[in-house]
Amino acid sequence: MTHVGYLIAGYGATFAVLASYSAWIVGKKRALARELPSEEREPRWP
Amino acid sequence: MSSGIGTRVLGVAAVASLAVLAVMALVITPADVNQLDAVRLIYIHVPMATVMYVAFGVTALGSILYLLPRTRARKWDLLAGAAAEIGVVFTGLVLVSGSIWGRTTWGVWWTWDARLTTTAVLFVLFLGYLALRRVGGDVDARAKRNSIAALAACIDLPIVHKSVEWWRTLHQKSSLLDEQTFLHPHIHGSMYWTVMLGIGAFLLLFAWLLINRYRLAKLEDRMEDEGLERAIAERRAEALTGSP
Repeated sequence: MTHVGYLIAGYGATFAVLASYSAWIVGKKRALARELPSEEREPRWP
Repeated sequence: MSSGIGTRVLGVAAVASLAVLAVMALVITPADVNQLDAVRLIYIHVPMATVMYVAFGVTALGSILYLLPRTRARKWDLLAGAAAEIGVVFTGLVLVSGSIWGRTTWGVWWTWDARLTTTAVLFVLFLGYLALRRVGGDVDARAKRNSIAALAACIDLPIVHKSVEWWRTLHQKSSLLDEQTFLHPHIHGSMYWTVMLGIGAFLLLFAWLLINRYRLAKLEDRMEDEGLERAIAERRAEALTGSP
C-alpha cells in the first residue's frame, strides 16, 4: 500500500475530530440535563 | 435529557456504517491506476463535502423558517445554529482531508484554486456566523440577525459547488452531481459504491449529531433563560431589602 502516512493522517484526523465532537456534545448535554429538575426536561425530538 | 431509542439506533447505525466504510475504503476497494492508494482519501473527503452542503442547507432552511412570520419559532434558530456548527466541523475536515489528498496528487498542501478558496471562505463565513450567535441582545433580534447572517453566508454555497465549472481549476469537476454524469458516473464498481456508502454513513452521523446538538442547544437556551430569571429575581430582592 502506498501513501500510508497520508491515509493515517487523513482517516485519523477525521475520526478523531468526529469522535471528540460527538463525545463533547453528549457529555455537555448530560451535564446540563442533570442541572434541570426532571419535570422541566425537554421533550424528545423534534 | 436522555436519548430516545430512535436516536440510539441512529447512532449505532452511523457507527456500524462508518466501520463498514473504513473496511471498504481501506481494504476492499482497489488502488487507483493514477492516484494509487491516495484515492482512498476520496471515500471520506467527498461524503464529508456532501454533509457540508446538507448542513448549511439545513441552516439556510431554519433561517428562512425563522424569518417568515407565519413559521417564526425559536426552534428554527436553534436548529440553524446546531446545523451550522456541525457544518463548520465538516468543512474543516473537508479542507484538511482535501489538503492531504492534494499533497499526494498535486504535490502541494494548498493552492489558491477556486474550489479550495471558496470552501475556505465558506468556513470563515460560518465561523463568523457562530461568533455572531454568541453576541448578546434581545432573543428575537438576535435570532433575526443570525438568520440574515446565515442566509448571507449561504450565498457562497452554490459558488463553491459551481466553482469548478465557472473557473479553470486544479480541482477536478464534479464526479457525482454533474447533470451529465449523475446517471453515468466517471467512477465505477466498488469505488462508486464505496463513495455512496460513505455519503450514507456520514449522513447518518450528521442526523445523529444534529439531533443531539439541537437538544443541547435547547438545554443551553433554557439554562440561559433560567440564569436571567434568577439574576432578575436577585436584583428585585436586593431592591426590596435595600442592600447591594
